Amino acid sequence: MGFGPYFLLATLEGLVSAAVLALTAVGLSLVFGVMRVVNVAHGEFFMMGAVLAWWCASLVSGNPALGFLIAFLLSPLIVAGVALAADRLVLKRLHYEPEATIVATIGLLYIIQQLALTFYGAEARPVQAPFDWRIQLPWFGYSGYKFFVIAAASAILLAVWFLLRRTNIGLIMRATQIDREMAQAFAIPVDRVYAGVFAFGAALAALAAVLIVPIKQAHYLMGQDPLLLSFIVVIIGGLGSLRGTVVAALLIGLSDGIISMFFSPTLAKMLATLLVALVLVFRPQGLFSPGGRLVR
Amino acid sequence: MNRINNQAVGNGLTRRSVLKGAGAGAALLSAPGFVRYAQAQSSEPIRIGFQCHRTGIGAPYGRWYDRVTTAAVELINEAGGINGRPVEIIIEDDGTDAARGSEVVEKFVRQHKVDLIYGTLFSHVVVGSAPTAGELKVPYYVVSEGYHVASGKLNRYCVQPGITDVKAQVRSVAPWIASNLGKKVTLVYPDYAFGHDHRDYFRPAIEAQGGEVVAMIPIPPTETSFTRYLPQIPRNTDVIYHVMVGPAVLTFVKELGEFFGRGGPQLFGFIDSLEAVDLRSPGLEFLEGSHFWEGMPRYAQADMPDYEKFYRDAVGLDENGASVNDPRDISTAGHMFGCWETLYIIKQAMEACGYRGPQDREAMIEATEAITEIPAGTEHPQGRKIFDGRIHQVFGEQNISRVKDGRLEVVHRTSIDDGRYEPEADYTTMSF
Amino acid sequence: MTGPANRKTLALHLAFLAGLAALDFVLPDYHHGVLARVMVLAVFAMGYNIAFGYTGLLSLGHAMFFAAGLYGAALPIYHLGWSVWPSLATGVVAGLALAVIVAALALRTAGVAFMIVTLMFSQVFHLTTLYFTTYTRGEEGLVLPQNVRRLAFPGGEISLASADTRYWIAFILFAAVLLFTLALVRSRFGRALVAIRENEERMRMLGYDVFASKLAAMAVSGTISAAAGAAYAVLFGYAGSGFASIQYSILPLLWVLLGGAATVLGPFAGTLIMFYLIDTASSHTTAHLLVVGVALILLILYFPKGIMGTIRDKWVRWLP
Repeated sequence: MGFGPYFLLATLEGLVSAAVLALTAVGLSLVFGVMRVVNVAHGEFFMMGAVLAWWCASLVSGNPALGFLIAFLLSPLIVAGVALAADRLVLKRLHYEPEATIVATIGLLYIIQQLALTFYGAEARPVQAPFDWRIQLPWFGYSGYKFFVIAAASAILLAVWFLLRRTNIGLIMRATQIDREMAQAFAIPVDRVYAGVFAFGAALAALAAVLIVPIKQAHYLMGQDPLLLSFIVVIIGGLGSLRGTVVAALLIGLSDGIISMFFSPTLAKMLATLLVALVLVFRPQGLFSPGGRLVR
Repeated sequence: MNRINNQAVGNGLTRRSVLKGAGAGAALLSAPGFVRYAQAQSSEPIRIGFQCHRTGIGAPYGRWYDRVTTAAVELINEAGGINGRPVEIIIEDDGTDAARGSEVVEKFVRQHKVDLIYGTLFSHVVVGSAPTAGELKVPYYVVSEGYHVASGKLNRYCVQPGITDVKAQVRSVAPWIASNLGKKVTLVYPDYAFGHDHRDYFRPAIEAQGGEVVAMIPIPPTETSFTRYLPQIPRNTDVIYHVMVGPAVLTFVKELGEFFGRGGPQLFGFIDSLEAVDLRSPGLEFLEGSHFWEGMPRYAQADMPDYEKFYRDAVGLDENGASVNDPRDISTAGHMFGCWETLYIIKQAMEACGYRGPQDREAMIEATEAITEIPAGTEHPQGRKIFDGRIHQVFGEQNISRVKDGRLEVVHRTSIDDGRYEPEADYTTMSF
Repeated sequence: MTGPANRKTLALHLAFLAGLAALDFVLPDYHHGVLARVMVLAVFAMGYNIAFGYTGLLSLGHAMFFAAGLYGAALPIYHLGWSVWPSLATGVVAGLALAVIVAALALRTAGVAFMIVTLMFSQVFHLTTLYFTTYTRGEEGLVLPQNVRRLAFPGGEISLASADTRYWIAFILFAAVLLFTLALVRSRFGRALVAIRENEERMRMLGYDVFASKLAAMAVSGTISAAAGAAYAVLFGYAGSGFASIQYSILPLLWVLLGGAATVLGPFAGTLIMFYLIDTASSHTTAHLLVVGVALILLILYFPKGIMGTIRDKWVRWLP
């Protein structure tokens, strides 16, 4: 295949992974930015979203689009509920102390993984895409559903931006992030904001998983990579910057695919990782950190 | 063997002598986990430690290995056990982790006091656990398919008598691929030691058939999306030889289908890619007409011998290779027979050497090394085998199957000789 | 620190070490082997504690130091036929060198950026071990044969493949690192590290070379971690790239946090508890991860500063 089409393919693939990564990372960015806690179980919320998507789809036979719709609506809600429970029962009691939260969320990670293993199983199971549409480009075939993923993720990200920037709820979240004490002085129920943000972050991760699960499969260990990648994206993009998170997701999603066109894959991954590390070494605040504000 | 000289460290007082004398340990004996076992009686069971992948990436296999083990042990016990003693299986989860595997081996020997350890699948766990098994001088019967045992790099206690190794498998399929699918092959393999084995053994094998590897596409570890590698497949490829493992496999096949559409080269895969995965999953339609290596057929074949039917019934397989209790629970049929056959080899070796207890472990290994011909039958339903005592590895027939109407039909069975290679080591010259 | 407190501390730690030594004679086989393993891994945790607990550097990349020691020792033995002593030295030096290079780059960042940079470097190291599968056998790993794992002494040779010897070697390493850590944290340098953790700006204004101190802390931390890795390779005979994976960066963090960061005995406590948690849970149930997870949450709820940390806070204030 010529260089042009190859590049196009790598770019398309990069966009798909960037889209899902951006959603997951924005969820983490909110949690990390507002609550200042490292949620090691964020990847498990992602996995839960995928597993629940499979479950929802399995309840409905017939048109896969129906199953997908149910999954799209129900899975993030359930995951948000679980996150809320975790926050109320555990994180709040720890007073969101950063180090203790790390241990607690590792515990949460084990619990969620085991529950998935016991009730869902060890193997990877596919979920049917809501529609089956294969686009034949002149050089290669491509899945139409992947375009949908990019579009849907973009739409959701726009909605999140709108929520944060143009609504009261978003204002409250940003206020809490900038200065917690001041927010409390203004009678903002900080504890409830934290609970809400934690749940919302988890829901975003679950939503990303619902989108990706027809392409990949639901597997009980699938949360590990998204966790790592989202952290990297959040820090590279700059804490507290939604735009930064999205840009970093694009960068990382695209670079991995494009660099691997030129080098052997393992070497490509090594180079991409080193590149990212060096970006941080020379610009530790990340690309877009506005220093305290949630959304630019 | 090495002689242990304690003179350099310690003061000459070994822990064993103190333990014998002192009663200080008595208080600790009552705590949980400090279990003492009664004196051996003649009907004391034979304890086999089953190192099982209950969690981790090997978990789907672990489940079925467990079921097959249980079924085989039940039958063995019904028939009177080994040397009149019942067989008891003790299971520990190694999390498909090499370090944990080594810890579990210690636990088996020092806490559970097993006679031998068996059942490990994933290569890195085998290689990580083998040194500990060698030190503790406990027979380690693996069901792994890796080339590690035969390479001679492990120790004399490690044996693989129930399942063939990847080097032999790869060599066996090369002749059929070259004559039936094509001579120009693109290899798609994981950039792991496991994948490298496929690459390293297949290339000379296909070249010996007049074929050629036109491209090699390593996929990095933890890769979950393959589309961007597919353009590297050259246009003149006759066959894509693929051996992906792990949960990403379905994605790989689906993306192959999306990329090539109706055209595209022939496919030859290893069933490792699809163990425990339903062939009728959405997106796998692309596999129709393609071929797979199978260790043992997943689907019941029309000309299935009686002993194979017996085995399938015993382990609870329906005719689609799924559990009789749940048609969506697809088995790992291509590998799990190894557990059944290994247990019967253990029985054979123990009976041959008159095994009484851990003092006979070396004799058991030697008895295993002496095994050569293994006829097909209820004890070895996968087929006839030949065991090479020098490399502790068994050789057998391989199946090549074709996907037809969502089922796998065996179209060719390779001969044992197709896969044999010159041994690179000789465990029998190594000391215990 | 006052005189009596000094003596009390030293006495406590020496008594603890004496207890561990005594256990060699009375522990049943299995737990004897477990303790040997735990001691080696606890050395890794203690190394991590110096960077994380005392200096406040949350590194997510310490697996690379452990693996540097592991491979630094295993590769010469396997490929070059070296004996154990020089290979152990190579492992330790490899860890030191890597720690200095990585720290020199990573310490340009702080906080979460530091976390990610160390994580990334560790990922690169992991990928490197896989890239050179020809030499390292990648995730499958290398087996170091028993007959090679011997330590030469003037009086003779001892085999590392025996449980007795292993316990003593692990104990000697553990005791050495424990006492070293104790001395370090009570020294001026150690207290400077704690002060840097608490308020870096003030230390800078007081004229301390904060960068050099942090670099030294990382160097010490990485070297100790590598020593643990090298010991693990020769004692247990296996080196695989699994040890360079992210899991082995998270584990020491977990061990230290659970046991009590910035305490000398905490890392050992955390390593021991986690081991037995997993071991006991998996003996009794197939859903052992669930039990471990719940136990972790309960433990951190009641011991928010880790076991030893909470003990220090509440009851034994002079614990270092």
